[in-house]
Amino acid sequence: MIKAILIFNNHGKPRLIRFYQYFAEDLQQQIIRETFHLVSKRDDNVCNFLEGGSLIGGSDYKLIYRHYATLYFVFCVDSSESELGILDLIQVNIIQTHVFVETLDKCFENVCELDLIFHMDKVHYILQEVVMGGMVLETNMNEIVGQVELQNRMEKSEGGLSAAPARAVSAVKNMNLPEIPRNINIGDINIKVPSLSPF
Amino acid sequence: MALKIVKGSIDRMFDKNLQDLVRGIRNHKEDEAKYISTCIDEIKQELKQDNIAVKANAVCKLTYLQMLGYDISWAAFNIVEVMSSSKFTYKRIGYLAASQCFHEGTDVIMLTTNQIRKDLSSPNQYDTGVALTGLSCFVTPDLARDLANDIMTLMSHTKPYIRKKAVLIMYKVFLKYPESLRPAFPRLKEKLEDPDPGVQSAAVNVICELARRNPKNYLSLAPLFFKLMTSSTNNWVLIKIIKLFGALTPLEPRLGKKLIEPLTNLIHSTSAMSLLYECVNTVIAVLISLSSGMPNHSASIQLCVQKLRILIEDSDQNLKYLGLLAMSKILKTHPKSVQSHKDLILQCLDDKDESIRLRALDLLYGMVSKKNLMEIVKKLMLHVDKAEGTTYRDELLTKIIDICSQSNYQYITNFEWYISILVELTRLEGTRHGHLIASQMLDVAIRVKAIRGFAVAQMAMLLDSGHLLTGNMQRNGICEVLYAAAWICGEFSEHLDDPMQTLEAMLRPKVASLPGHIQAVYVQNAAKLFATVLQKHEGATDSQAAQDTSQLLIERLPLFVQSANLEVQERASCILQLVKYIQKLQQKDVEVAEEVSALFAGELNPVAPKAQKKVPVPEGLDLDAWINEPPSESESEDEKPKAVFAKEEPKQSRARHIEVDEKELARRREARKQEQANNPFYIKSSPSSQKVYQDAPGVEHIPVVQIDLSVPLKVPGMPMSEQYLKLEEERRQKERADKKKKDKKKKKREKRGKGKRDDSGPESEEDITPAHQVDIVTEEMPENALPSDDDDKDPNDPHKALDIDLDKPLADSEKLPVRTHRREVLKSPEEDGDQDGITQEAKRRSSKEKKEKDRKSKEEEKKKKKKKHKHVVEEEPPEPLSEEPVQSEESAEVAAPPTSTSAEASDLDFWLSSAPVPPPIKEALAPKTSVAAAPDSEPDVPKDAEPDEEKSLKNKKKKQKKEKDEKKKKKRHHHHHHHGDGGGGDSVQNGTVEEEEEEEPLPPMSNYCLLAENSYIKMVYDIQGNLQDGSQVVVSVIFENKSNSFLKSMEFNVLDSLNSKLQRPEGASPHDGLVVPFQLPPGVSNEARFVFSVQSIVMPQKLKGTLTFIVKSEDSSTHEKLDFKLHFTCTSYLITTPCYSDAYAKLLESGDLKSSSLKLEGLNMPFHHLLARICFHHHFSVVERIDSCASMYSRSIQGHHVCLLVKTANQTVSIDAKCDEPSLLANVLDEIKQTFSQC
Repeated sequence: MIKAILIFNNHGKPRLIRFYQYFAEDLQQQIIRETFHLVSKRDDNVCNFLEGGSLIGGSDYKLIYRHYATLYFVFCVDSSESELGILDLIQVNIIQTHVFVETLDKCFENVCELDLIFHMDKVHYILQEVVMGGMVLETNMNEIVGQVELQNRMEKSEGGLSAAPARAVSAVKNMNLPEIPRNINIGDINIKVPSLSPF
Repeated sequence: MALKIVKGSIDRMFDKNLQDLVRGIRNHKEDEAKYISTCIDEIKQELKQDNIAVKANAVCKLTYLQMLGYDISWAAFNIVEVMSSSKFTYKRIGYLAASQCFHEGTDVIMLTTNQIRKDLSSPNQYDTGVALTGLSCFVTPDLARDLANDIMTLMSHTKPYIRKKAVLIMYKVFLKYPESLRPAFPRLKEKLEDPDPGVQSAAVNVICELARRNPKNYLSLAPLFFKLMTSSTNNWVLIKIIKLFGALTPLEPRLGKKLIEPLTNLIHSTSAMSLLYECVNTVIAVLISLSSGMPNHSASIQLCVQKLRILIEDSDQNLKYLGLLAMSKILKTHPKSVQSHKDLILQCLDDKDESIRLRALDLLYGMVSKKNLMEIVKKLMLHVDKAEGTTYRDELLTKIIDICSQSNYQYITNFEWYISILVELTRLEGTRHGHLIASQMLDVAIRVKAIRGFAVAQMAMLLDSGHLLTGNMQRNGICEVLYAAAWICGEFSEHLDDPMQTLEAMLRPKVASLPGHIQAVYVQNAAKLFATVLQKHEGATDSQAAQDTSQLLIERLPLFVQSANLEVQERASCILQLVKYIQKLQQKDVEVAEEVSALFAGELNPVAPKAQKKVPVPEGLDLDAWINEPPSESESEDEKPKAVFAKEEPKQSRARHIEVDEKELARRREARKQEQANNPFYIKSSPSSQKVYQDAPGVEHIPVVQIDLSVPLKVPGMPMSEQYLKLEEERRQKERADKKKKDKKKKKREKRGKGKRDDSGPESEEDITPAHQVDIVTEEMPENALPSDDDDKDPNDPHKALDIDLDKPLADSEKLPVRTHRREVLKSPEEDGDQDGITQEAKRRSSKEKKEKDRKSKEEEKKKKKKKHKHVVEEEPPEPLSEEPVQSEESAEVAAPPTSTSAEASDLDFWLSSAPVPPPIKEALAPKTSVAAAPDSEPDVPKDAEPDEEKSLKNKKKKQKKEKDEKKKKKRHHHHHHHGDGGGGDSVQNGTVEEEEEEEPLPPMSNYCLLAENSYIKMVYDIQGNLQDGSQVVVSVIFENKSNSFLKSMEFNVLDSLNSKLQRPEGASPHDGLVVPFQLPPGVSNEARFVFSVQSIVMPQKLKGTLTFIVKSEDSSTHEKLDFKLHFTCTSYLITTPCYSDAYAKLLESGDLKSSSLKLEGLNMPFHHLLARICFHHHFSVVERIDSCASMYSRSIQGHHVCLLVKTANQTVSIDAKCDEPSLLANVLDEIKQTFSQC
């Protein structure tokens, strides 16, 4: 079983956390800190296994991690998982491809930390196709990518009306004119609306 | 309205979306918390809006904030709202948020049950998928119970995407609701052979998780897994299976033997390191499980060790790590083969990677021998000096102690050396393992009598040197050593050269800064020393020395009398009074020594740590009973009992910080300098020792330590362990020389006999004699100690609840709760909470009867065995056959006939005992194969497979014959009688049936009837309705290969009628056949199911169909076909549904039902058989039975009620029937009549 999947950057800032066992929020943060502390002090050329931290798991648990550029991907697993298998799952592969990160790669067209930062929800959706309830659901990358894409397509087809204005607005906001839109008082519109509605 | 929508989207324009939130947080680095709190306020506003899109957006943002550590449980209700949105986009957001923050304590979770159920049955597979994924994270016992049935249905969903998720989530359901395991297991097992690899993988995953915790319950699946292992190409699945075998082999050594070969092949063939590694691991597990006396497996060990060596030598640190990890497993059973790689392992000790060093340390444990122990420990001591982090250093320390103390100090030849090693270890600052060293010191000193003199001298030096007293006590766990030192000095004080000096050392004022429990030992042992000193000086001419001692005690003890620690205080006051009294006596010149030492007379023997636990409780003694009235709550809280010998657990008292101000420090420093100057053993600080000391870890963080720079590294006056190394070397050399001489003499006497002896070679273990005769006292155990039962399992382990025997036939009460709305319509006695007395009565009765029935069926089984009656049982396919959950549960319930346990067990035995030749394995493997009942029911494994095989073949033939016979007799469905027992599904019925005529067992029944047969293949089939879908029935067909050839590419096709159609996959034309998802090796049978949709169910009908297949023999393959006619009887549209008697009465009163009747003449069978037959063949259940009259009920897939009143008198049976559909009723009655006309 996988107990938790944590992704954080070189400074320990969480980018995605997924616990398959309940921990209160503050404990979750402690675990992230502890894990970061354990993982970050290790050289890049040492092994990727770590006997678990004190907060999460126990003697049966291991931390298996990989470090990519600015991100750490950490899986906390027990002895029923194959160490190399999980490593493969994080990156190298079982059949031919990098399952998890590679999947991110495919879905975001070259993943970088910023993608994870701004699309945490999307990363979650991908992860849900790989691991479910602490157990590995699918290791075939094509299958994973296929399912994720189908779901995204579905979301797009639903998106229609509600998504368009939001996109327009975020374009406006990107222009970095923070004051202008905020000052418009929508309350006024609200008052006018009822008078129009009779016809 | 339109405007409202427009307004909504205008509103939305100004809401932040997730990206804006993230950007905002990144732009407000300096006041992040403030920014986020304003964001949360905004989110709260958004959540108040009606627009679901706004809400979803808000929830999405909350999910992000949750990651940053913000509690979002206050929004739980809004999350549920978003979850229930009809749009996938929002639903997904809702479920994601829920999976991140819901848990068992979340109260709104109970509101989600119906929403989740709705989503699970959604036509959109992604809605279902999202719900399953979410549920997997927050499933609670309640949800598990309510939804288990729905999820089980999804396990047979048409989409593999849903199937695999449903299979996987079952594990979570089992954990939360263990009762579901047995009803669901057959279907889970069936998924192991799902055509979709993803589903298969999920099923393997779940069963592996289950089996890992309770392996013995899954042994019977070994053949199936074996088949998967040899056929699967998915490495992930292979790894899981191989890991599972690793857990199973310890329980069944024969399994191991079978595995060795394929695993070895995999090791040779695979290129995937992960798979190779797991194979090696499991081979190791196999080798461990096999007894060591297996010479032919040494090759496998060699192979494993070789492969592991390759891993360890690899430059990839991960492989190195895993190689060492696996090596340590071999070590336990085959230390010799690992020892040859000592060089490699010692090399790993110097690795820069701490994880690898730790693993190498584990291995060292098995590397040591009498010969190299000192050498290895010396190396470790060097590492201790170099070690940077305290964790690694502490690990080294424990390993040194482990290595030395293993198997009762087996490898230690010189205990003086060991004691000095322990003493050297005391110089470790800040270690957590002071108590470990202390307990070793105590253990050695107590158990090795010969060493006491030396040990006492060393301990006295430790007490004297005071280097352990320095530093700050709080951080210094090492001061625990003083506990041991003081005790040893006191207890064995007769060995002390100068007890007076030690006594003085023990009463120094600085001692008062030690933790309480150590002080207490000091005080107590000071008294022992006092007794020794008195004894020494008694009789001597000057009594002055003795009096001085008393004076010393009287002066120093008051310090301890003032101690805040109660125990110290008490002991000190006691002893102080005693000494005062003695002093008085001394002044009167009374001889007291004798009596004082009598206080401490007698030797303490070592007692095994578990001794107390093993004392059997005397009869009639209740340890839990109160001796006196229990004290009030508050009192018991206040007085926590204090451990007297508290060395094992960390002391709270140690945490008491003693404030030391600058002045005090300066004063102490002065005092220490003074002391050092006066101390004859003190070696004036040498530069080298200072240097090493500065290198000690963490020095710069401990200000006090810097003051103590002058404290020597070497414990003053200690003999160093290196010395011993040299001495030992010399001693051994000398011994060897002696021996050689003796040998030579011997040889001469032998007149230059046989081959030359290799003198140059290393001496064997036995040759090394211990330096001094060591008498290791064994620990005492109480008389009649109880047998060991050490491995207590954690009672809170959720997996404990899943330790369920899965082979046992399902009992009536075991079923998954069915959806509530159905429960309301048809109350079943088990589920109805508010019943009146009658039902409860019935319930009670039924449970009693069930027990009785169990007993009886066992008897029956026994009888069968005795007679060696080769009664042929067609083993029910373990899987429920239909798509429909209620029905399937019931068939699952009754699927396993009483003999199945033994049959299955002997199956496994058979499989295990047979040689690994493919055909017989496969035969036994196929789970749905009709297997003869346990051949002669012998518990022992047949010695050779041959006769066994023959037997089963014979049985098979016999079975076929019998089946044919049956068929001739009645061209109706038959079923096995056990199926019939439970066919009613309702315990009331079962009870009634078995109530009276106890002696007569029901004849075997089977519902499977012949579909078609030719020289190659035989098909039998059964039809079951699908309760979930009123327009579907499921046809289960068992294909049996009768030929000697391989049958493949089977295609099943039916000519659809207007009313009934075969369900084909999407996109297939109505004339396409369905591919049967398996191939049949010779003699094997397997089952496939086909779903038909029907419109009208009031008439029976027949469908023509064809089966095409390829017969592949050794040299040729031919196309063959077989025509058949599928007969859909009206009975097959009925579903056994339990009905409750007052609901039944209401139904009859309602007057909507048309009636009809039937008379059967000359029927000579017991009434309960009659009822059982109706129940079984026609899917009825007994509502009530009074003497020779019974009311029965059934329901069609389209919801028609069918009620029967069956009466019997003088071989005449009259059946009055009522149904809301007259033609259905007429047909059913016809079919009933036909059934009985065949009897």
